[in-house]
Amino acid sequence: MVEIWQGLQSAFWLIATLDADLVEITLRSLQVTLTAVLIACALGMPLGTFLAIQRFRYRRPVIAVLNALMGLPPVVVGLIVYLFLSRSGPFGALNLLFTPTAMIIAQIIIVTPLVASIAHQAVRELWSDYHDLLLSLNATKRQRMLTLLFDARRALLTAALAGFGRAIGEVGAVMIVGGNIDHVSRILTTAIALETSKGNFALALGLGFILIGLAIAVNVAIHALSRTERESIW
Amino acid sequence: MRRLFAALLLAWTASAATADEMRLAVTTSFHNSGLSDILLPEIAADLNLEVHLLVVGTGQAIRLGQAGDVDAILVHSRAAEEAFVAEGYGLHRREIMYNDFVLIGPAEDPAGIAEVADAAQALTRIASSGQPFVSRGDDSGTHQRELALWALADIDVEAADPSWYRAAGAGMGATLNTAAGMQAYALSDRASWLNFANKAGLAMLFHGDPALFNQYAYVPVNPEKHPHVNAAAARALEAWLVSDKAQDLIGGYAIGGETLFVPNATADGTPKDG
Repeated sequence: MVEIWQGLQSAFWLIATLDADLVEITLRSLQVTLTAVLIACALGMPLGTFLAIQRFRYRRPVIAVLNALMGLPPVVVGLIVYLFLSRSGPFGALNLLFTPTAMIIAQIIIVTPLVASIAHQAVRELWSDYHDLLLSLNATKRQRMLTLLFDARRALLTAALAGFGRAIGEVGAVMIVGGNIDHVSRILTTAIALETSKGNFALALGLGFILIGLAIAVNVAIHALSRTERESIW
Repeated sequence: MRRLFAALLLAWTASAATADEMRLAVTTSFHNSGLSDILLPEIAADLNLEVHLLVVGTGQAIRLGQAGDVDAILVHSRAAEEAFVAEGYGLHRREIMYNDFVLIGPAEDPAGIAEVADAAQALTRIASSGQPFVSRGDDSGTHQRELALWALADIDVEAADPSWYRAAGAGMGATLNTAAGMQAYALSDRASWLNFANKAGLAMLFHGDPALFNQYAYVPVNPEKHPHVNAAAARALEAWLVSDKAQDLIGGYAIGGETLFVPNATADGTPKDG
C-alpha cells in the first residue's frame, strides 16, 4: 500500500519539475489517441447514422457485429496490424511498423466500432422522433443524416469521449505495433507497463496517476468548450 | 527574413542528415539490467547512429529478425541463434559478453537449495519439496535455458503439477513480480535480478554452476534476405560492440559494486570456447 503514496509523490515530482521525458511521452499519448479518435469519429459517426436510418437486407446482423466489435481484444488487433505492416506483410514497404502512425491505425480499428455503435444508438432514438417530420419536409437522405448528426451532437460527444477513454488507456495493441521505442513510440501506457516490469511500482503508479489526470483534463476541457450542462435544454 | 528561413532550412536538413537510425531487438534482460542506458549514448556519440531498441523476449526477437522488421538482434539462446543463421535470416553470430543465471527464491529457502552442489540438484529439491516455481513460459532465452536445466535434472515439467510449477508466460520483470507475489522460486539472469526493484522477501539462493553460463550474441539480419535492412549501420554497431571501448564499458558496468556482464568478444569473431 505504501507504493500508492510513493506513486502520488513521484507523480507530483514528475509534474512539478516538468520532466522532459514525461512531457514527451504525454504529448505523444495525446497525439496518437486524439488523432485516432478524430479519424474514428469521422468514420464511425456517419456509419452509425447510416445504419440508423437506412433499411437494407443484412442490417440487423451488421449492427449486431458492430456492437460485438466494441469488445475487440486490443492484443489481437495489434497482432493483425503488426502482420499487415511487417516487412514480410502486404504493407511492409510503407515502413510504418514501430511508428506512431502504426499505433494510430491500431487505435482507429479499436475505437471505430465503439463510436459507431454509440452513435447508432443515439441517432436511432432521435430518428424515431424526427421520422415523420423529416419525411413530411421531403428532406433528402443527406439532409436527414446531417440534421440527425447535428441534433444528436451531445450524444455523439459522449461517443467520442468513450472512444477517447478506450484509446488513451490502451496498451496491448500499441505495445505490439509501436514497439515501445524510447523517443519514438513510447507513450504513457507502454511506459507504465515497462516500469511495472522493472518492479518500479512507484514510478509506474506515478505515470498512471498522470494518465488518469490527463483523461480527466481532456474530458473537462471538451465539456467546457462545448458548454454542456449550461444551455437550458441540455 | 529570407536569411532566417534559409538558416532554418539548413538546420533542418542538417539535423535530418546527421542521425542514421537502426532497429535492434534486444532481450528484456539486456535492457532491464540498465546496460543499454550506458551504451546507447556512447553509440550515438561515436557512430552518429541512433539505435532504436525493441525490448522483447529472444523468441520474439528472432521472429522480428525473420520478418525483417529489425536490422539486428542481440539475444542469448545459442541454439536459436544458430538456427536463425542456418536458415539464412542472420549473417553470422558474434559473441559479445556473458553473465550468468541465478536461482532466486524466498529468503528463508524452504526447499533448501542454497547448500546443494549443482543447479540440477537445486531444481530437484524444489520439485520434490513442492514449493512454487515460476517459469517465464514465453520461449525466451531464459525460458529455454530453464527447460534445459529441468531436462538436466531429469524432471518433466511439461507434465508437472501446476500447483507448484507455474508458467507465467511473461517477461523477466513480470515473472519476478509474480515470484515476489507468491514467494516462489524462479530462474533469472543476474543482471535483471540485481536491477529489479521489487525484491519483497526474495533472495539470490544459488549461482556459480557452469550450467548457468549465459552468453549474449549479436546477429545482424541478412541483407540478401531483406534488402531494406540498414546493413551498414548493423556492421558499424557490431564493430563498435567488439571494440575495446565498448568491451571496457560492458566490463565496467556495476550495480552496488557488483559487475553484471563479462565482455568476451574476440577480434576475429570466433567464440572463445571454440
